[in-house]
Amino acid sequence: MDTVSNAVHYVFLATAVCFVLGLHLMNHPRTARRGNALSAGGMAVAIAATVWLVIHEGSITTTGWLVLVSGGLVGAALGLYAAREVKMTAMPQLVSVFNAVGGGAAALIAVNDLLQADDAAALGARVSLPGALDIVIGAVTFSGSLIAAGKLQGVVSGAPVVFPGARLLNVLLPASFVAGTVWLVLSPDSRTALYGLTAVALLFGVTMVLPIGGADMPVVIALLNAFTGSAVAMAGFVLDETALIIAGMLVSSSGGILTKLMADAMNRSVLNIVVGGFGTGDGAPAATGADGAPAQVRPVSADDVAIQLAYAGKVVFVPGYGLAAAQAQHELGDLAKLLTDHGVDVSYAVHPVAGRMPGHMNVLLAEANVPYTQLKEMDEVNPEFPQADVALVVGANDVTNPAARRPGNAISGMPILDVDKAKSVVVIKRSMGHGYAGIDNELYTNPRTGMFFTDAKRGLAELKAAVGEFVG
Amino acid sequence: MNDLDLLTAITVFVLSVLVGVEVISKVPATLHTPLMSGSNSVHGIVVIGAMLIAAESHTWLGYVLAFVAMVFGGMNVVGGYAVTDRMLEMFRARPPETPKNEKAEV
Repeated sequence: MDTVSNAVHYVFLATAVCFVLGLHLMNHPRTARRGNALSAGGMAVAIAATVWLVIHEGSITTTGWLVLVSGGLVGAALGLYAAREVKMTAMPQLVSVFNAVGGGAAALIAVNDLLQADDAAALGARVSLPGALDIVIGAVTFSGSLIAAGKLQGVVSGAPVVFPGARLLNVLLPASFVAGTVWLVLSPDSRTALYGLTAVALLFGVTMVLPIGGADMPVVIALLNAFTGSAVAMAGFVLDETALIIAGMLVSSSGGILTKLMADAMNRSVLNIVVGGFGTGDGAPAATGADGAPAQVRPVSADDVAIQLAYAGKVVFVPGYGLAAAQAQHELGDLAKLLTDHGVDVSYAVHPVAGRMPGHMNVLLAEANVPYTQLKEMDEVNPEFPQADVALVVGANDVTNPAARRPGNAISGMPILDVDKAKSVVVIKRSMGHGYAGIDNELYTNPRTGMFFTDAKRGLAELKAAVGEFVG
Repeated sequence: MNDLDLLTAITVFVLSVLVGVEVISKVPATLHTPLMSGSNSVHGIVVIGAMLIAAESHTWLGYVLAFVAMVFGGMNVVGGYAVTDRMLEMFRARPPETPKNEKAEV
């Protein structure tokens, strides 16, 4: 390595330090924004250093410059536009698309490297093995993430799409991966192996994600995030750039941790989710008691609830995805602010899978001007429920079902919010429909629970008006 | 590349996973979405790889692949950081305009 190349790699080392420190600063909302800026700064310096390296090496053609600059600008403009315009409810789709492009770019690097090699046949396994893995992981991530984004956006059916022979295909495809990878590693100059492997990987991404239901998307996005990171790390092995290896594996461990957290919170194994066919998201008929008779529930009106809220010392809101689906987070935020200003201690109990991606609900609430000091994680808030005068459940279902504490049903063992331990519970819900697990929610038939049957957005607006009369 | 370099690369690979797990485990669930989009922008480092292949390209196929990789990488980096910043900006300790605010914390 000459001096410039050496200097550039010291810059890359500094960039890696920025990434790690940036992620470290993410451990508190107060410092997180600074962390992101630090990480972005490190990235900018790395890009500038790479431009210097490219100029110094001097092998780039004029067309190469044109490709580099125009491609970068087009991508940056598209990214900036998407980042500015995206609605917070659509964040999972955007993250999915970014997973797709990251994985796609990583795969293209390996494809290009194998195509451009002056003597590809002479490439050792040192390049061809990570190259083949890069193509497989990157291409699977690319097509899989696009399908996931399509499902989240509603362009592709959110229900598990299962076609005859799908399972068989999902067994045959990985088998052909292994064969294709071995072939490409042994003969890196074979175009058939290269294109064949890419095609099979793209196809597998589609057939892997299609059968997975919309409710399982938090796990899928996290998993694809981990894949993208691995693909980028493989690209680092292909190009001999440790910066890519470090960044890729940081992302990969992040994706891996989130995948595990999400799967645990849903009481499912990752394998079980990927094998698929669950989580259709369809509501089932009305609740029935153990003997088949309609369960006894206590309906309440807006005024009943408003009195409880206005005279409460401590209120815990329990938002679920239904809240976001009804676009009612702003109404909830307004109601909370009214209560807070009135001196009521308000907090939000956020279950790990409340939303369409890890942590999604917190972003939606932050957008509705909810201060992060009121956003409580499951482990933090569960001991507080017994002190809560009112727990108001909006759009959450299975994650509040006490049946999870007993063995022998669909959600046994799932970590839940201890809503039933509150002194009084109010559930805003349109009907007695079931959650994803398709079982009765025993919280609704609890004598301390009042059911406020209405649409979330309208119900919260009514509550705010009614509370306003009491405290105004 | 000799064996020592490969060993170094694998060492970096393994240590990065360990550092990643250590750092990421401390991120609260409240920030998991910004964490994910933020780590998304970190893998935008792939744009450097795209730049390096653009520099080595001398065939039309190479240029096309490099161009697409540049578009993808550029989108990943810029979009990722911008949207993460937009999200994190919304996380405030207290509401933007509060006339009277006497809530108990922690």
